[in-house]
Amino acid sequence: MKDILQELEDRRSTARAGGGQRRIDAQHAKGKLTARERIELLLDEDSFEEFDMFVTHRCTDFGMEAERPSGDGVVTGWGTINGRMVYVFSQDFTVFGGSLSETHAQKICKIMDMAVQNGAPVIGINDSGGARIQEGVASLAGYAEVFQRNVLASGVVPQISVIMGPCAGGAVYSPAMTDFIFMVKDTSYMFVTGPDVVKTVTNEVVTAEELGGASTHTRKSSVADGAFENDVDALTEIRRLVDFLPLNNRDRPPVRPFFDDPNRLEVSLDTLVPDNPNTPYDMHELIRKVGDEGDFFEIQAEFAKNIVTGFIRLEGRTVGVVANQPMVLAGCLDIDSSRKAARFVRFCDAFEIPILTFVDVPGFLPGTSQEYGGVIKHGAKLLFAYGEATVPKVTVITRKAYGGAYDVMASKHLRGDFNYAWPTAEIAVMGAKGATEILYRSELGDPEKIAARTKDYEDRFANPFVAAEMGFIDEVITPRNTRKRVCRAFASLRGKKLQNPWKKHDNIPL
Amino acid sequence: MFKKILIANRGEIACRVIKTARKMGISTVAIYSDADRNALHVEMADEAVHIGPPPANQSYIVIDNVIAAIKETGAEAVHPGYGFLSENPKFAEALEAAGVAFVGPPKGAIEAMGDKITSKKIAQDAEVSTVPGYMGLIEDADEAVKISGEIGYPVMIKASAGGGGKGMRIAWNDEEAREGFQSSKNEAASSFGDDRIFIEKFVTQPRHIEIQVLCDTHGNGIYLGERECSIQRRNQKVVEEAPSPFLDPATRRAMGEQAVALAKAVGYTSAGTVEFIVDGQKNFYFLEMNTRLQVEHPVTELITGVDLVEQMIRVANGEPLSITQDDVKLHGWAIENRLYAEDPYRGFLPSIGRLSRYRPPAEIAADNHVVRNDTSVYEGGEISMYYDPMIAKLCTWGPTREEAVEHMRVALDSFEVEGIGHNLPFLSAVMDHPKFVSGDITTAFIAEEYPDGFGGVTLHEDALRRIAAAAAAMYRVGEIRRTRVSGRMDNHERHVGDDWVVILQGHSYPVTIDADKAGATVHFHGGGTHRVESGWTPGTPLAVLDIDGTPLVLKVNKVPNGFRIRTRGADLKVHVRTPRQAELAALMPEKLPPDTSKMLLCPMPGLIVKVDVEVGQTVQEGQALCTVEAMKMENILRAEKKSVVSKINASPGSSLAVDDVIMEFE
Repeated sequence: MKDILQELEDRRSTARAGGGQRRIDAQHAKGKLTARERIELLLDEDSFEEFDMFVTHRCTDFGMEAERPSGDGVVTGWGTINGRMVYVFSQDFTVFGGSLSETHAQKICKIMDMAVQNGAPVIGINDSGGARIQEGVASLAGYAEVFQRNVLASGVVPQISVIMGPCAGGAVYSPAMTDFIFMVKDTSYMFVTGPDVVKTVTNEVVTAEELGGASTHTRKSSVADGAFENDVDALTEIRRLVDFLPLNNRDRPPVRPFFDDPNRLEVSLDTLVPDNPNTPYDMHELIRKVGDEGDFFEIQAEFAKNIVTGFIRLEGRTVGVVANQPMVLAGCLDIDSSRKAARFVRFCDAFEIPILTFVDVPGFLPGTSQEYGGVIKHGAKLLFAYGEATVPKVTVITRKAYGGAYDVMASKHLRGDFNYAWPTAEIAVMGAKGATEILYRSELGDPEKIAARTKDYEDRFANPFVAAEMGFIDEVITPRNTRKRVCRAFASLRGKKLQNPWKKHDNIPL
Repeated sequence: MFKKILIANRGEIACRVIKTARKMGISTVAIYSDADRNALHVEMADEAVHIGPPPANQSYIVIDNVIAAIKETGAEAVHPGYGFLSENPKFAEALEAAGVAFVGPPKGAIEAMGDKITSKKIAQDAEVSTVPGYMGLIEDADEAVKISGEIGYPVMIKASAGGGGKGMRIAWNDEEAREGFQSSKNEAASSFGDDRIFIEKFVTQPRHIEIQVLCDTHGNGIYLGERECSIQRRNQKVVEEAPSPFLDPATRRAMGEQAVALAKAVGYTSAGTVEFIVDGQKNFYFLEMNTRLQVEHPVTELITGVDLVEQMIRVANGEPLSITQDDVKLHGWAIENRLYAEDPYRGFLPSIGRLSRYRPPAEIAADNHVVRNDTSVYEGGEISMYYDPMIAKLCTWGPTREEAVEHMRVALDSFEVEGIGHNLPFLSAVMDHPKFVSGDITTAFIAEEYPDGFGGVTLHEDALRRIAAAAAAMYRVGEIRRTRVSGRMDNHERHVGDDWVVILQGHSYPVTIDADKAGATVHFHGGGTHRVESGWTPGTPLAVLDIDGTPLVLKVNKVPNGFRIRTRGADLKVHVRTPRQAELAALMPEKLPPDTSKMLLCPMPGLIVKVDVEVGQTVQEGQALCTVEAMKMENILRAEKKSVVSKINASPGSSLAVDDVIMEFE
């Protein structure tokens, strides 16, 4: 018996050694941790339970049969994050460069199937050179098996991808279909075709970092939702994100003890909106002052900064926040911000996370680049997302809510549960100046008359009361009371039940 | 007594005067510009009158506007505060004409002391010690040597037309006087086209010490001790204290008596301040007299118990002083620190914007501990560019200097200001500076001790260990809270361990935490233990802790695996990791911040309105590169040295945050 136990231990040590000390050292020299070290940091201490440690590939071409390392380049299993179950796979770059074989894919598929069956998130740590070329189509089939599971798991359990090395070619499409992608600065990159192919085909000379580094994907392409300085920070912050997320779509968002008074007054919010309607202010301040303990996990902080998305807690419960940001492009909606917010709203709705919307939007960004880019359909994504969402929706209009953008931003008409406005709110078809120029075109030659007309329009519409008279605004609230009012609103919605008509699925304007 | 008083000022001093007036049962009138519509002094006053647009020269110092406000409200007296109209004889005259009492000295005294040469003359006549010197023209080097000998070395040889150190020499003996005279004269001729030279005593180890005087209209005058104001930056006072750690009772009396003599010589009434320069041998020389309430008057109030504003109002009302010189007793020690909206890490550049957080320490008035904060700003208020960047005067008092300074350190640590750059870390650094602690200071303190500006504070190991212990205990509390989240697997919860590694400022401290209900005992593996007790809960930005029985106050913000901690002028990143996390974190490469010397960074949040250069263009030192609009002000950013533009990241219309890279150079 002792010998048998010893053999098990020996086999385990061999498997745990991955591609051997030399390759582990090389991994460390690049500033990267190994697949197992990453899992250690991601999960609670000693909570990891591994599957398929002894799986090996079945390829016999190109001399592959000579080398059959245990685990086949990916470590899979489950564990806990602050006691809550998650499934995890972590590609091992020290074994065949983390390349994906048929069996490697099978390991990933196994834990994904279990995650969906048992209702727990999947976290994928990507560090792979790509397909196992020696296996040919078997490897491609493996990818597709994973893709299919990404699709089926979508909206059932949260899926998070952490890119911690290369992720190129077809491999990118698995992370692309997960809920969130995070990258590590300087050591990760993602692209469909690499710099060499780009050069051959288009003659563009570009580095891997420029083509698909963390900066590119967080600022330009919006493929990634965030980037971190190194592996340790990245995994620490993924743990923080998981603390916000429900385990699956049948589960409620998590609640944890909080140390912040739901009735806390923030007198300084009374002066957040400047006297001059064209002066910007930072919407982050409102978000942090309303949320518990000033804690905000921002999603896509570097992209389309004219809208802010992320998670806060109210009374210890997760709430998704969407807020126009007057500091950037006056907080207008455009293609990028609509797409960004729409995806976030749909995530929240899929996982029963209530949505808090702060509105200060002057309208949609005009211009040919927007129209040619299809702002009509992209803007409609956000409209659609809010309109279909059945989770509790609380909206606070802080200043401008003009035109179609007013409708889009979780208005009463899109089944908003609580639609509040600050006294500084202006709910109108457009700004007073633009409105009078259309209404009184014949008087345009007379600046005095126009000024008087503008003033009239302002007096009539540059306030929340017209909308309040119609019941489109449920209540005009004092800014300092925002946290209290919003907390109470969500508290009252804890039993909300709302169902959309049965359908196979909707047809959101993609 | 007056029924209504108008305060012809703004900011903290207006608030300060309103407080005393209210205590005396006098109703108050504030005046305000457009920029001060929501200011605290307007809210505090019983009435408020708008007097013009933001710039002071179109509002607060327009005499007609202030007079109109007085007439409109029927105020019987005017307190001018400091600055603005406080030392303007025309204002005093206008008030007289309007039959309104001026809470300040008579016009004649303002005029006499307002002129440097006249005031020195009057001082000499009143037998007040003045800086020895020769004001007449000096013919040649021989005469210069003779005069220098008479004054006594060291002397300063100065060009009449001089400025900025040009045409200025210090001579310690005859030979240097001869050489200095010649070179000053030459330099003055070439720089200013005016080679007149004068010589005066060079004061070594100079300190700025001033005497508070108080005189009534019945011929009574007293002095209320001194204030030491040597800690200055470019003539801007930063730290003041009373009494001075340098004066002895005899010198204090001599200075006080001369100050009163001077005040009487000009028929002074109300509160005033006689400034002296004092050398290392306690020789003191008259500098000038400020005919108004000083910014730093609270330290005198704290050690004498006299409300100077009340006394000024009573004097203006014609009452005789109710206190005699014998009644004036100096009790304990008071320190004032001026909180400026200036970023010490950026060469004390003024910083404007919204105060997203402003939480001064609690005011305390106990027998052995006083904290007083004179301020006019509030959380959510705006620091505008129109007025003085001083946002608060934080004062502490204790029975001894050591206690007053220690109270100040804790008060500074507890002072929360976010949203703008401010000098809190610098003030903390000064409070811990050995020279300040010993009282060995001169007016050159800041220039000598911080010649390259302020780069933050490096704390001593024992302070770091206390912070490390606090951070470990707080981090553990935060981690335990995380394990109490809903949806966890029963019986398979996360167990938060006791062993941690705290990493800060290049040190790594493995510790074991022994927690109980009241707090935690943190054992350092290399030896040493700290007991940490605190009611801190996760997310609280100010941690008030007790470490081994002594207080420690930290500003705490969460970062991955730790905190950003600010205390005692230091700004630290503190990581708290499990031993295994620490082992793995040690493998992470240290990423050096990018070399910003070849970049143009945006100095403030703002909008690019113009870019003046193109990629590939060679720019000269001082050449305009682009214009950033912030707070309606256009700021032209210029090249620091000759270079070639290699990349431009912003275009007109881009809105940028602080430190965003606008362009790069080759």
